[in-house]
Amino acid sequence: MSVSIPDSGTATKPEAVYYFGTCLVDLFYPEAGLSGIRLLEREGVRVVFPQGQTCCGQPAYNSGFHQEARTVARAQIALFPKPYPVVLPSGSCAGMMKHHYPALFEGEPDVAVAREFASRVVELTSFLTGVLRVKLTDRGEKTRVTWHSSCHAMREMGIFAEPRELLAQLDNVELVSLAREFECCGFGGTFAVREPEVSAAMVEDKSADVQATRASTLLSADGGCLLNIAGRLDAKGSLVSCRHVADFLWERTRER
Amino acid sequence: MSAETPAPEFRPAASRALRDPELRANFRRAMDGLILKRGEQFADPVEWNDLRNLGAAIRGRTLAKLPELLERLEAACTRNGIRVHWARDAEEGNAIVLGILREHGATRVVKSKSMVSEEMHLNEYLEEQGIDPLESDLGEYIIQLDHETPSHIIAPAIHMNRRQIARLFGKKIREARYTEDIDELTAIARRVLRKKFFEADAGISGVNFAVAETGTLCLVENEGNGRMSTHVPSVHIALMGLEKVVENLEDVPPLYSLLTRSATGQPITTYFNMISGPRGAEEKDGPAEVHLVILDNGRSRIFEDEALAQTLKCIRCGACMNHCPVYTRVGGHAYQSVYPGPIGKILTPQMEGVGRRHDLLEASSLCGACGEVCPVGIRIPELIVRLRREAIEGRPDGPGSVAEAGRGRHALESAAWTIWEAALTDSGLYRALGFAATRLRRLLPPWLPVLSRWTSVRSTPVPGRRTLHELAREAGVPDE
Repeated sequence: MSVSIPDSGTATKPEAVYYFGTCLVDLFYPEAGLSGIRLLEREGVRVVFPQGQTCCGQPAYNSGFHQEARTVARAQIALFPKPYPVVLPSGSCAGMMKHHYPALFEGEPDVAVAREFASRVVELTSFLTGVLRVKLTDRGEKTRVTWHSSCHAMREMGIFAEPRELLAQLDNVELVSLAREFECCGFGGTFAVREPEVSAAMVEDKSADVQATRASTLLSADGGCLLNIAGRLDAKGSLVSCRHVADFLWERTRER
Repeated sequence: MSAETPAPEFRPAASRALRDPELRANFRRAMDGLILKRGEQFADPVEWNDLRNLGAAIRGRTLAKLPELLERLEAACTRNGIRVHWARDAEEGNAIVLGILREHGATRVVKSKSMVSEEMHLNEYLEEQGIDPLESDLGEYIIQLDHETPSHIIAPAIHMNRRQIARLFGKKIREARYTEDIDELTAIARRVLRKKFFEADAGISGVNFAVAETGTLCLVENEGNGRMSTHVPSVHIALMGLEKVVENLEDVPPLYSLLTRSATGQPITTYFNMISGPRGAEEKDGPAEVHLVILDNGRSRIFEDEALAQTLKCIRCGACMNHCPVYTRVGGHAYQSVYPGPIGKILTPQMEGVGRRHDLLEASSLCGACGEVCPVGIRIPELIVRLRREAIEGRPDGPGSVAEAGRGRHALESAAWTIWEAALTDSGLYRALGFAATRLRRLLPPWLPVLSRWTSVRSTPVPGRRTLHELAREAGVPDE
């Protein structure tokens, strides 16, 4: 495990933030995306959601189609011109925008713009803990959960403790660690369909580790991993519910 | 590598491996053990970071003056009485080794572990020439008996368990009685090998570090077979890839520490040999002749590109494969490449061509575990992406260009990304597609070409009822 303090883009609480929902959340976890916005707004931050946004471009970038990835990335960057932090409910997409955009634009006339944008990118859970220093009050029933961190959240964004800190604030939530919790779930974007058999073996092991925890809920802050693990658990007839952490946090702490 | 032979393929080999429960259990157990042992060695993250930075800096400095250091190494070795030979490729390397052996009429050769010799397919070549090379590293000895190739660069027989080795020994070693006891199995191999060391006409070894300052060849091992192979026969031939040079003697201890702790979780190995030349006039043992064969085999082309040259920092510890979730599941043979695992995924396509070995570049989820544990800081995932780009967008000519650049591009996939680009740069089109997907929801047929690979073991993904774009607009989240 590399331990590093994530650069949250800003040290003090900003008046406004941009929200980049990511394409996976947009399509498959829209409620979680909205919960992320609610969590930010509750802390007194104005959240701006540019409706023109689509995808960070990671699938094409990782596949070697950098020209196509750059066109998509350029279209996104143009939508976030003000000096607000750009908050993402995904460690993987955040890693793409923060660490790979500068490389993607290397040698391009707008490399400086891409770098400036990248410097403002921050993942949701690290923003909630590191910048907003949220204090959560649990209003939910007793429950046992387990946590899956995306590889890119851990290794590119250096996020490990942050989501655990948030869950630790919830009195009625017991967090059980996954065996081999640092191992990839087998999603890997297009990897899952390029190498379906290896990916299947990986997600089979991960889903078995999830079941072994006897937790009722698997939480993660990345839509790709969730889609993958939930898909496998569901196909096996498991009743473990797989949820984005933003959704879980909002539901348990909102005033009704 | 010859372009005429059909390209090896990862996928079918991986598929076979995945259906072999014994193989999978062998790798899982072994990798879990190695991960644990390495973790214990680097329990202190500050010490790990410092040592890794030092290792990366040493290897970086070495690469920065690689041509000069190789010249200095040659001069220092020559002063020490080590004869230095340069081999452009495997063919030249094999011919050099054969020439030395022929000069001495050598027909029996003992070898200690050398991945460069695997790269040269030296054993096969020597056997064709009527020379009998015997592997003396226990793991290498096992796979040689089994007519197999190494499945791991440090632990070549790691794909086998105790019972499989017991059966192999029972079948192949006449004087051995069947046993599954590890100590007894080791003793059987030891008895066979002991005799061979004294009968051998020549010894062949690899090199872990070659010191330019002093002309010293360092050999890291645990079994004593490295010392026996290099000191008992009257001729010693050491083989190294040209990247194995380091500048000074003081560069060795940190690299050695990183190597053993990363590889097997050992603070040090049982043996560490420093070979500084043939037997002197007053000395009673050691070989009469020491030869060093320095192999290029595509390395100087890799060296041309500043980013890709990182590949040459590798000290061959194998930690990247131990921590790789793909390697752990399919094992080393699935890669159909001398160097398996993550380091093989970046090294092999550069040596053989990014078109020919595009299969290896695809076999990664880019989880980053390899880069995280690399003791010399090679950013393997970034290099995989770089090579994928070379395969798609690269130009085949010009200085420093990657072998077979641009040859991984396929019309159908390129068309798919062009459509993807169009859909994601036109936000109106994107929202229309999102609208359609969220309304169709459960109507996505699971047999769709790409989707069917997903649904082979997973339920069909179901989009939400409305997109986040819609939810945000309805909730009055400002769109600015």
